[in-house]
Order: sequence, then structure tokens, then C-alpha cells
Amino acid sequence: MSEGRRTVLASVARALGRDGPDPAMRAELEQRLAQPRPNLIPGRANLPHSQRVALFVEMAREAAATVAVVRAREAVPEAVADYLRRENLPPELTIAPDPALEGLPWSSRPLLSVRSGRAHGSEAVSLTHAFAGIAETGTLLLRSGPDAPTTLNFLPDTNIVLIEAGRIVGAYEEAWAMLRASGAMPRTVNFITGPSRSADIEQTLQLGAHGPRRLHILLLDAGPAA
Amino acid sequence: MQATSRTFKENAHRALRDADLQVALAKMKQGFVERRALAAARLPEFEALRDQGRAIKDHTLAHLDFYLTCFEERVTEAGGHVHWAVDAEAAQDIVLEICRKAGARTVTKGKSMIGEEIAINEHLARHGIEPVETDLGEYIIQLRDEPPSHLIAPAIHVTTKQIAASFRKAHRDLDPARALEEPRTLLAEARGALRDRFLKADVGITGANFLIAETGSTVIVTNEGNGDLTQTLPRVHIVLASLEKLVPTLEDASTILRLLARSATGQEFSVYTTFSTGPRRAPDLDGPDEFHVVLLDNGRSRMLGTEFQEMLRCIRCGACLNHCPIYQSVGGHAYGWVYTGPMGAVLTPALIGLEEAGHLPNASTFCGRCEAVCPMRIPLPRMMRHWREREFERHLQPQRMRAGLKAWAFLARRPALYRLGARIAAKTLGLAGRRRGAFRTLPLAQGWTMSRDLPAPEGPTFQAQWRARGGR
Repeated sequence: MSEGRRTVLASVARALGRDGPDPAMRAELEQRLAQPRPNLIPGRANLPHSQRVALFVEMAREAAATVAVVRAREAVPEAVADYLRRENLPPELTIAPDPALEGLPWSSRPLLSVRSGRAHGSEAVSLTHAFAGIAETGTLLLRSGPDAPTTLNFLPDTNIVLIEAGRIVGAYEEAWAMLRASGAMPRTVNFITGPSRSADIEQTLQLGAHGPRRLHILLLDAGPAA
Repeated sequence: MQATSRTFKENAHRALRDADLQVALAKMKQGFVERRALAAARLPEFEALRDQGRAIKDHTLAHLDFYLTCFEERVTEAGGHVHWAVDAEAAQDIVLEICRKAGARTVTKGKSMIGEEIAINEHLARHGIEPVETDLGEYIIQLRDEPPSHLIAPAIHVTTKQIAASFRKAHRDLDPARALEEPRTLLAEARGALRDRFLKADVGITGANFLIAETGSTVIVTNEGNGDLTQTLPRVHIVLASLEKLVPTLEDASTILRLLARSATGQEFSVYTTFSTGPRRAPDLDGPDEFHVVLLDNGRSRMLGTEFQEMLRCIRCGACLNHCPIYQSVGGHAYGWVYTGPMGAVLTPALIGLEEAGHLPNASTFCGRCEAVCPMRIPLPRMMRHWREREFERHLQPQRMRAGLKAWAFLARRPALYRLGARIAAKTLGLAGRRRGAFRTLPLAQGWTMSRDLPAPEGPTFQAQWRARGGR
């Protein structure tokens, strides 16, 4: 195994005609990694906050996600129950063990059965909490952690995602900056743009290949300050 | 897999007569090309991003020694393992060893071109471990025991009817009375059949679109979500990646991601882009206990520093295939191995040898569309020309072709003789073909006239006309 390593690296060194970068170059490369700098960022998402949120919604809808605006945190259970009723889905929900979700007033919806944890395969609907939203393509960023099991993003047929409007940034690079500020890289970072799909059968686009058939975004936005 | 690139010409003839394939290719020609053009036009910075993408990859390749060891360090710090594979056999052994240690009986697989390159499915199956492809297209061709025919749409050549037949054969519990004709019902059937496989697999194998030196992350891009189920549910996650997938930072990956989906499917962004760093953390509720990255060389380091180095910028988007008049006519299987279209015509000879794949760089009209749409601005036609030169230098072409080239070179170096010869030939052919206006056959050119007529020359030669017009 270490012989493979030696052989490959020796072959690369031979091709590059050097035995590793010289000290000055090494310092420069290490600097490039230690302080990553954005490359060109498209102008599309360089907008004031309210328009950025509007772009996020527009792009997410274009990717076949549905979006509902919720004005207050307490109204989330009702918004979830409404959505499930409208889509004819059973009133059963698996939520991520995230205080922001577990702390919601679920008791106001006694008909809704709510369980907290990971998914095992039989769950129909999950509710997760996005770390960030990226306006340029209507993309959600979810990171794994004890409060955010990755299986909830992929196993259930329907995935509902809560995101606060204040967490919506313009470009991917801004989301990376937020993530770095929050600590070490988690096991998994998921960029999610719309529900699962495939065009592998006669180039016909269909939703719900292996991941969720429906992606519903609850945008928590208190609206313009009075 | 056994390459059949040597019989490219026969493969191509067969493909041209395959009516189902021709329908699929016509559809592809329209769909992919149009959608890419729309997506590129919608992003004003698209061309500037292509320049930056090229610069990022060139920088990484120039310092590949540094970035490879950096990546390895970060993976190890995150609790993962990096395995270095010189060639396909070494990679097969590494994967099999990890699977055996895990006591694996079934392995789910996300889509991976490296998996195809090292024929990992055959290797695992030979040793009693069942590999299950989970990308819908890959699953279909696995059932049909075929290689992929397109980089991102591996089953593009298969009809709905053929898929239904494969499912009926493979899914034993399928009710024979159940209608399967619609793409919708086929998808539901595959989803149902694979769900159980996802949950029961012992090991999940994925490819990687990028490796990130800064964080030691591997990145996959999918629309189905199959790759994520593959790498999240089993106890062990193995990533198959080749050396040139490295980029320095998350920002660099983001720049190239802006090009990837738009060039590939014309989407603004693929549905799932996933960054994996090490195994699950102790308090996590899910995720794999083990994280392995197999770094495959298989001839790539030998391309570094040569006229083929720029091929290592390729991000496998498939735009060159979609826009290639040859690929559009014969599809992917004619190329006879894993990589197809213009990128395959350049990469395949480097990986399996020019003796085996010499036809491929010749299967080009040099129209230049591949280079025009390549998000990484890879000069594909130029590199096909380099292969043709090497082919000539190494005497790999048939004697008759070499004799013909020699005769032509003799004339081309003697302009007066060349002009005289052209004049006589144009005159003779013009006279002989006066009545019909074209030739159905010509001595020494049966190969050319087999599938088309040669129009009879009319009037003086081009050079004579050019002179008569005073060179304007």
C-alpha cells in the first residue's frame, strides 16, 4: 500500500521535474489553502437582502421545490400540518433533533404525530433545518451533526426544510464563509436544489428518483420591519 | 472490461443501422445542446468562469505533488484513509480488501467512471461480493450487462421497452400483469427494488467529482440522490477517484461547479452536491463508520508534462459528446471502452494504449465544436492530432495508408508538380463524370465512395481560380 504511494508520488515528481515545491512556493500554496479567496462571483446574487430572498424563492421554485412563507416561528407546526393536508399526506413527521425544531409548539397540532431522530426508510415525511440558503440557484445548505442526521434529507418521500430568511446569502462562497465561522467541517455538507429527479429513461425528466419526490421549503420571514 | 476499440469501424457501422439508437441520439442532439446553450447564455459570467476554471486546474496540476499530500493529510486528520493505486489491478485489490475486512456481502454503488475504468463490479462479483448499481441509468445497464454509452446518461441508448424487459427478468417478485410501459412506472419499480438494497448494503462505493485539498473532502454531484443513500447508509464508504480530481479549496470547487451542471444537462445546478469529510463524528446519528479514498493513477501521472496534460482538466460533463457529430451518429458503444466521444478519443489511448485505441483520435471531423463547448477549454482536436502523429511515428497505420501519405507529402513539397497533378486530375475526372455529375465508385477510393458519391469537378482547380481572381 505504501509502495503504491511511493510509486505514484515518484511518477508525479518525475513529471513535474521537482522534488516538491521550493520553500517559497510551498509557503505561497499553504497560504492559498489557509486563507481561501473567492474567485469570480456572478453578479446575479449581488442584491439587497429582500431581493436576494426573492431570488432564492424564484430559483428554488424553478428547480421544482415549493415554498411557503411563515411569518412567525410559532406558526411552523400549522404550516406543516396545512401542507400535509393539502398534499394528502399522513399526519406523521420525523424531525431533526434540533432545538430549533424540537422547541416548536407541536402540541398546538395534536393530530400531528411528531418523532425526533434519524430516518430508517419507512418515514414518509421529514422536517429538517437548513444551515443556509443560496440565492443564486435556490440551493439549501444542510450540514450533518448530532442535531442534523443526513438520512432525513434522502430517505423520506417528502422533505420539508425550515430556513430563516436571515440565513439566505447570495453566492456559494458566502455560505462557505458562514460554515467556516461555525467550526470544523462536518462529515457531510449537502447542497440541495429541488427534489430528486432522473432523466435516465429515454431522456424523460421525472421527479423522485431515489431521494424525495417533494421538497417543500418553509421560509421563516417576519417581513419588512415596520 | 475487454476493449473493442480496435473494431471501431465495424462498431460504428452496426450503430448506424440500429434504429432505436438513432432515435435516442436524435433526441439527445436536440435536448442537451439546446439546454446547455440556454444555461450558458443566462449567466453573463459564463465565459469568464471558463477561463477561471481552466486556471484553477492548471494551477493544481502544476503543483499536484503538494496538493495530493495535503489532501491525504486532511483526510487522515478527519479520521479517513487514503489508498494509492498505481493501476486498475491495484485499485481492485484495495477495494476488495476493504470489503472483505468489512465482511461485505453486498455493495451499493453510486455512479463512478473510475469504477468502470477499473471494472470493479466484475472483480467484486468474481470474489463473491454482489455489486448493485444505484444510479438509474447504471442500474439498467448493469442488468443488461453493458458498459455505459454516455458520461452522464449511461443508458441513453436503451428504450423503455428494453428496460421493461430487463426489469421483468431481474425482479422476481414483479407481478407479470403489472403494466410497465411508462417511464413513470419504470422509475417507481426501480425505486422500490433498490430501496431495500440501499438499506441492506454493507459497503457503499461512490466516485468523486472533486477532491478538496483544503479540507480533505470528496464531492459528488447527482440528481437522483442515489449517491447520498449509497454513502450514508452502509457502515463503510469507499470513494474511487483519480489524481486529477483535486482542486485546492471549496471556493475553487464552487467556481467549477458553476460550469459543471450548465455544461452537462443545462441545469442551473444539479439537485444534490455533497461534500464528505471523514467518517461520521461520534455523536452523529447516521453516516458511515469508515471512510476510504482510493486514489487512482493508472497512467495519468505519465500524461503530466506531456502534450496531453490538458486532458487532465476534464470534469466529465459530457458536453463534448453531446456536440460531436461523430458521437451523435454512432453513440458511445462504438468507441469500445469506458470513455467515449472526443474526450474518450483523447483519454482512451493514454489509458489503454494507442495500439488498442488508435481508431478513436481518427474518428473526428475536426469541426472543433468539442473545444468550443468544453467548460475547461481543453484543446481536444489538437490532442487528437498529436495522437495521429504518434500513430504515424510508431508505424501503427496500415501500409497502404502510409504509402498514400508519403505520396501526398512528396507532392505537397513540390508545388509546381502538385498544381500540375491537380489540374490533370480535375480535368480527367471532370470529363469522365460530365454526364452523371458524380462518381459512385472510383479506383483506390472504394472506402470513401462506399457511403457517398464523389461530385465530379467542374471548371479549373481552386488554386487556378484563386490566381485568376488576383488572390482575393
